[in-house]
Amino acid sequence: MTRYLPFPLLSLGLMVIWLLMNQTLAPAHILLGATLGVIGGRLLHKLQLPPTGFKRPVAAARLAARVFADIARSNVAVARIILLPKTRNASSGFVDISLRMRSPYGLACLACIITAAPGTCWVDYDPNKNLLRIHVLDLIDEQAWKATVTHRYETLLMEIFE
Amino acid sequence: MSQLILTWSVAIAQLMLGVSICCAALRLMRGPRAQDRILALDTFYVNAMLLLLAFGMQSGQTVYFEVALGIALLGFVSTVALAKFLMRGEVIE
Amino acid sequence: MMIDADLPLWLATLIALCLLVGAALSLTGSIGLLRLKTFFERIHSPTLATSYGTAGVVLASILYFSALQSRLVVHELLIGLFVTLTTPVTLMVLARAVLHRDRYGDKTRAPGDERRSTTKR
Repeated sequence: MTRYLPFPLLSLGLMVIWLLMNQTLAPAHILLGATLGVIGGRLLHKLQLPPTGFKRPVAAARLAARVFADIARSNVAVARIILLPKTRNASSGFVDISLRMRSPYGLACLACIITAAPGTCWVDYDPNKNLLRIHVLDLIDEQAWKATVTHRYETLLMEIFE
Repeated sequence: MSQLILTWSVAIAQLMLGVSICCAALRLMRGPRAQDRILALDTFYVNAMLLLLAFGMQSGQTVYFEVALGIALLGFVSTVALAKFLMRGEVIE
Repeated sequence: MMIDADLPLWLATLIALCLLVGAALSLTGSIGLLRLKTFFERIHSPTLATSYGTAGVVLASILYFSALQSRLVVHELLIGLFVTLTTPVTLMVLARAVLHRDRYGDKTRAPGDERRSTTKR
């Protein structure tokens, strides 16, 4: 199992992408997609990545729901800043946040979440001090942003990956 | 009635996406620095991709989807290559 | 050019709503690209188009083609997947490149720069 499918979720994902691309559920295409998945997983295995340690699917689902809601909220906030610049009472700026998480996959997920949400952008990360720097468009309260990142995302991500 | 709603909403959406492509093109020309142009190019191709999806809805053909997928992939690679060029002055080290 | 698909009224309204919300969000993002003052403020505006802007248009397309061909057409999800996965990467690489340029100054100046100062962000 682990020899032929070192990353089972990734292989499954590749197969699903293949089937979506061809818009079919024909057995021949399922076989082709499965071959693609196995080859892709083995190629990735050659890169000698550290194991993901992904365990808690329920926590991951909760994180996904939270992220979707937050992105919707920040969409509205950023749209308001752009369309009604008069009502804006804060300037943009950088926020430094010290993290506790060390898992590279957790950090990658955090980077994607922060950058995908409008209004925040991952700028720099210092692995020695475990210090993250983000840019915030609507910087009213620096402490509130620190609390958002550490409490809303980091704890859940640590639960998932560590 | 539903045909009217669909026709007009697709037309309005195409208009909005076209205007946003023009905005991105304006920023692309105006600069002032290279990173602003790259960011504008990124916005440009995302909006072009969405416009192609809207064209697909108008014509009822799925060919446009494949073009949009191609734009999404090429745009990603080109933006990353340009950003890498900004960082070092070379794409491949 | 008239679309002559005969869909139920509620579905057509839903499709129109998704499409218009997505297009309006993308337009807002592009306006922000023109309106915001500094580069690091502008870097936030394309995410409007790539998050729920794309989601709206893709959802409208899925609903429309599924109703039109009376089967589930979901291959537009691929576009949504690619865009949500690639945008953070592009923006992060770009942000890091800009930091690098600001830090190390004129050595890495690219063609097309009109401003020579190194401290301006």
